[in-house]
Amino acid sequence: MMQARIVEIWVGVFVAAGLAALFMLAMQVSNLTVVGDDKGYTIKARFENVSGLKVRSPVTVAGVRVGRVTAIDFDTQSFQAVVSMSIGSNYDQLPVDTSASVLTSGLVGEKYIGLDPGGDMDVLKDGGEITLTQSTLVLEQMIGKFLFDKAESGKE
Amino acid sequence: MLGWLQQLGHRGLSFFERLGRGHLLLLALLRGVPPLVLRPLLVVQQVYAIGVLSLLIIVVSGTFVGMVLGLQLYNTLVDFGAEASLGPVIALTLVRELGPVVTALLFAGRAGSALTAEIGLMKATEQLSGMEMMAVDPVRRVLAPRFLGGVIAMPLLAAIFSLVGVYGGYFVGVGLLGVDEGSYWSQMQSLVDFDDDLMNGVIKSVVFGVVVTWIAVFEGNDAVPTSEGVSRATTRTVVHSSLAVLGLDFVLTALMFGVD
Repeated sequence: MMQARIVEIWVGVFVAAGLAALFMLAMQVSNLTVVGDDKGYTIKARFENVSGLKVRSPVTVAGVRVGRVTAIDFDTQSFQAVVSMSIGSNYDQLPVDTSASVLTSGLVGEKYIGLDPGGDMDVLKDGGEITLTQSTLVLEQMIGKFLFDKAESGKE
Repeated sequence: MLGWLQQLGHRGLSFFERLGRGHLLLLALLRGVPPLVLRPLLVVQQVYAIGVLSLLIIVVSGTFVGMVLGLQLYNTLVDFGAEASLGPVIALTLVRELGPVVTALLFAGRAGSALTAEIGLMKATEQLSGMEMMAVDPVRRVLAPRFLGGVIAMPLLAAIFSLVGVYGGYFVGVGLLGVDEGSYWSQMQSLVDFDDDLMNGVIKSVVFGVVVTWIAVFEGNDAVPTSEGVSRATTRTVVHSSLAVLGLDFVLTALMFGVD
């Protein structure tokens, strides 16, 4: 009888430790702590070029993460990329003339969307669209341009 | 020539026979699981034998795997000046792959072989047929509790393995090699996704738990009831379940991460 009790206690400890490990992994290792993106509102923005941006990339304002990219579509009419992003519902004070740009964290880091709030009194609603956008800086194009300019200035 | 063909046919037939018996047993096991609600003590004993007694090897291997990952990855990442990414790389490696796979391999060696040997010996000493004589269904009384115990224990062991590994990597990376503690954890949290990474790892470990325990229980139940037969069955359990785990891991990874 005593033996059975000890076995049961050990199994209890084991199951508790396993569940605690899962919980710790969820809390400490993964990004479960920043949920709440789902019950936010969705806004859209059109970009000329979003190369490197992925679904689930962060959306930030002043460096603070406020949401995630939920979808990246291609508009066949305007040949632009349409990026849908879900913004947390507690960040619902973004003015309608907010501008969005695709930025890179660090030199080779991941791409994210930076929002730059404007000064308008009206705020963006669910389904609203950001009109002021700035595309990804494509490194190859920049280097090409730089070399071209150098060559041009060298001629004179 | 004809004898060779006959042998080939015999091999093929016996392979499919075993496959069929295995699936029939799985069906019987699944049918035997719900009645266990009435007798939880049987399962508790098996979780003890399978899970608790495997805890030591899992914790020790998890720590060392994490520590080695920390050391190896640091030396590689530091060449790119990216040692701040040590945390997410260790965590993703463990949570997605090494946690479930290495745990399943150790589980097959530590618990699967023991299950097969136990059931095989029960069969060899005619305990199972004795039970049938007394109108006790050995599938429900002996096999189903072991199956359920293994399926419960495996994901928990994998979670413990991953967590311990992350801390092992933390110990080496942050403690010994001087990676910044803040970037270790914060990059990890921003790059490891709950649904995409952690949950897929848990799904993997559940699948591996089912497969390894199923193979172990089947091999034990299907063993030739002699000491040689039991020893062969035990070997087969380890070999087959390890191969199944590695093969399934590729399939699952392709399903989860390969196709967008």
